[in-house]
Amino acid sequence: MPTYRFSVNGEQVAVDVPADTPLLWVLRDHLGITGPKYGCGVGVCKACTSHMDGSAVTPCTVPVSDCQGRKVTTIEGLADGDDLHPVQEAWLTEDVAQCGFCQPGQIMAAAALLKKTKSPTDAEIDAIENVCRCGTYCRIRDAIKRAAAAM
Amino acid sequence: MASAGGRIDPADKSDERSEEPKRGIGRRRFLTFAIAAPTLAVGGYVGYDATDAEALPSLPQPADLLDLGDVITLASRPTAWTMALRVETDGTVVFELPRAESGQGITTAVAMLVAEELDAKLSDVRVELADATPGLLWNQFTGGSTGMRTLWEPVRQIAAATRGRLVTAAAKRWGVEASALTTRDSAVVAADGRTLGFGALAVEAAATTAAPVTGLPKDAKNYKLIGTPTGRVDARDIVTGKAKYTMDIEVEGALATVVARPPTIRGAVVSVDDTAARAIRGVVAVTRIDSGVAVSATSFDVALKARDALKVTWKDGPAVGLSDTNVRSKLRSAVAPLVVPGLLSSHLDAEFDFAFVPHAPMEVLNAVADVRADRAEVWFPCQSPIVAQNEIARVVGLPVDKVTVHVTRAGGSFGRRLFWDPALEAAAVSKKIGKPVRLMWTRQDDTKHGRMRPASHHKIRATHLLGDVQAFEHRMAAVETDLKHGFGEIVSASGAAVSGPADGLLFFGLSATCPYNFGVVTQVLSEVPMPVPTGSWRSVYSANLRTAEEIVVDELAAKLGRDPVKFRTQMLKSARVKAVLAKVAAEGQWGKAMPAGWAQGVGVHEEYRSATACLVEIDARDPKAPRVTRATIAVDVGLPVNPTGLKAQMMGGLMDAISTVLQAGVHIDDGRVREGSYADFRYARQKQAPIKLDVFVMPPSGRPGGAGELGVPAAAAAVANAYARATRTRPRSFPINF
Repeated sequence: MPTYRFSVNGEQVAVDVPADTPLLWVLRDHLGITGPKYGCGVGVCKACTSHMDGSAVTPCTVPVSDCQGRKVTTIEGLADGDDLHPVQEAWLTEDVAQCGFCQPGQIMAAAALLKKTKSPTDAEIDAIENVCRCGTYCRIRDAIKRAAAAM
Repeated sequence: MASAGGRIDPADKSDERSEEPKRGIGRRRFLTFAIAAPTLAVGGYVGYDATDAEALPSLPQPADLLDLGDVITLASRPTAWTMALRVETDGTVVFELPRAESGQGITTAVAMLVAEELDAKLSDVRVELADATPGLLWNQFTGGSTGMRTLWEPVRQIAAATRGRLVTAAAKRWGVEASALTTRDSAVVAADGRTLGFGALAVEAAATTAAPVTGLPKDAKNYKLIGTPTGRVDARDIVTGKAKYTMDIEVEGALATVVARPPTIRGAVVSVDDTAARAIRGVVAVTRIDSGVAVSATSFDVALKARDALKVTWKDGPAVGLSDTNVRSKLRSAVAPLVVPGLLSSHLDAEFDFAFVPHAPMEVLNAVADVRADRAEVWFPCQSPIVAQNEIARVVGLPVDKVTVHVTRAGGSFGRRLFWDPALEAAAVSKKIGKPVRLMWTRQDDTKHGRMRPASHHKIRATHLLGDVQAFEHRMAAVETDLKHGFGEIVSASGAAVSGPADGLLFFGLSATCPYNFGVVTQVLSEVPMPVPTGSWRSVYSANLRTAEEIVVDELAAKLGRDPVKFRTQMLKSARVKAVLAKVAAEGQWGKAMPAGWAQGVGVHEEYRSATACLVEIDARDPKAPRVTRATIAVDVGLPVNPTGLKAQMMGGLMDAISTVLQAGVHIDDGRVREGSYADFRYARQKQAPIKLDVFVMPPSGRPGGAGELGVPAAAAAVANAYARATRTRPRSFPINF
């Protein structure tokens, strides 16, 4: 089997798995990085949302062969040590989370959006399709706007 | 309410509610009637001679007097003092909470109670989920929005008594009068300013038996934390990805396990060819279990690939032949007859259908199990761990005391984790292969084989004369709700009923009410058993029951030429409901001009000793893609422990309402669930959420009522009514766009 090398949260990793192995299971089961969650496995719920070279992706639909030489960031790598990312800070201020399961993905989606757009419109926030079954959407919107203002 | 540890006499409750039955049916008989209804087809209270009723206002209904939460509180009370609070030498205060945490915020609210009564810093309090503890009997059950109702008194008393011991220990150490000492910020403080941290007193306090200072909870006027908006205690863990769910827990050697399941609901394996699956590197075992064929491997990518390589021949499940159309016709023919003849007076009739709705928590069902010859250990999120522990013990053939059930945090539940099916599967596989397993359902498994809120059919007749409603009859038929998670045993343990109707009818009788003075009100449930997996879904019968009724209330108002808010205000029984309705009408600008295709809608609900009203604005210019653009909610839970968490629950209830009324449900096609994920089970996304949401928490009064399920029914009604007004239609089948 080929070996795939890429970086995860700033650290170089090498994994020896079949080419079609979804990045989600490489992260969770081979590298022990459990922040990205399994919610559907087909890129619909987006609970696993992480960044690849700074853009939002759903690792459950990204084969590991696409990761060669790329930079992957999961929720664990968003903060700068103990200094939280402004999106994470805004999430705390708005007390967004309920069960919390989708929140790593929501935060990574919001952070990717704010990287593209300094002050996102409501329509741009509406375009985030991550499912939150607890229904925290109103606080997510408030938190994104708060983070945008802070950044 | 009776004092702590005392027995609550159900009859006491009726004295709080002023309306004494005016006719010859006394309170007690009333209760008896509700709780031990004689036949399967009868829930709630009926038996009145409807023609004998000119009586306004309506009589109190059973759930007004003794509701589900009272019953669960009664059942939990005898073991309330066995809950464990401990102070560690490092100053950490640990409370082992015998409840599930699935996002409803009970761990935060309980931490606040403990910190309040101990005068501890909130950050020093750690609330852990207790393992299944059979000695707790019925005090380890999460459901019916009873968490705070059942814990409010005992947790504060336990914490207050602990504070008393800490103060006593400090008094001994310093040789001063205990009455001269105070507590603050996790420390005992002397008059001269000396302090001793709780941690430093932990060992001595443990040896103290009687406290010379009061061990009683604080007077409400001294609360510093209770009632203060507070963020979740685990929020930082969640936003950094550190929060551990069951599949994140490291159990040495636990094999990733998935199950090939049949195409039909509860189908069975006939034969399996696992040659190709076993040939995949990393596959460790293929095991037949009751629900399908389990594949265990070194990682989930391998397990999933191997599962897809299985060649399984399936036998059809018992639901083959069942589809939405015949579900509906069975329900229609099962509704109990109306009593008031329609020909003799002015009346409004309406019938409604509601589809099946899966729980679909974000975290799919899962469990970790390590079953050995002489013991078993299981980790999973669970609302009823004692019953689950018994079932697991039975399946693995071990004595109950050899089975440890660790309750893990849940990634959502909405009622789904009242049941423990994944734990039984994981335990069965682990026992067969002799290795620990971490078993996960896929989203497809969850959608196609998970439990569902039962489909229901409703027939309502409102009989009116001269602007008054003389009779309001509601006949509901629903696919039977599976309540075999200990509910019946809890009711028996409470002493509220010795024998009686089926669980569902009992539950209905303890929860269904109509908040209006509509003359003779009768609400009757008929349950129809069908071979599909069902379960309590956030607010159980109330969401559909109240949505149907609130639509009729709007239509009645229109027929009588009345404004929907003014009509409700005139007809509502309770001052609390009137107050929340007035609040949303004022804050949400009821009656303001809206463009064509837009409208406002309202709904109210009273349950769990709480009340709420919801007012929404909807943009239904495209009736196939409506959007609730603004929502205003007012909520009265008596005493709100954590307004931040309470508002979150109301927001969640609103999103459930938007989803299930407008677009989210599942179809049954010939014994199969048609949908397979959130792609076609269309739970709301950000683009369906209101841009503006305001939740108003009414001023504190009394003691805490329930909150977790409260938000769904009123919001569902408001969304349906807004849609009806915006589109000038009469919605009768839900979800509307299905």
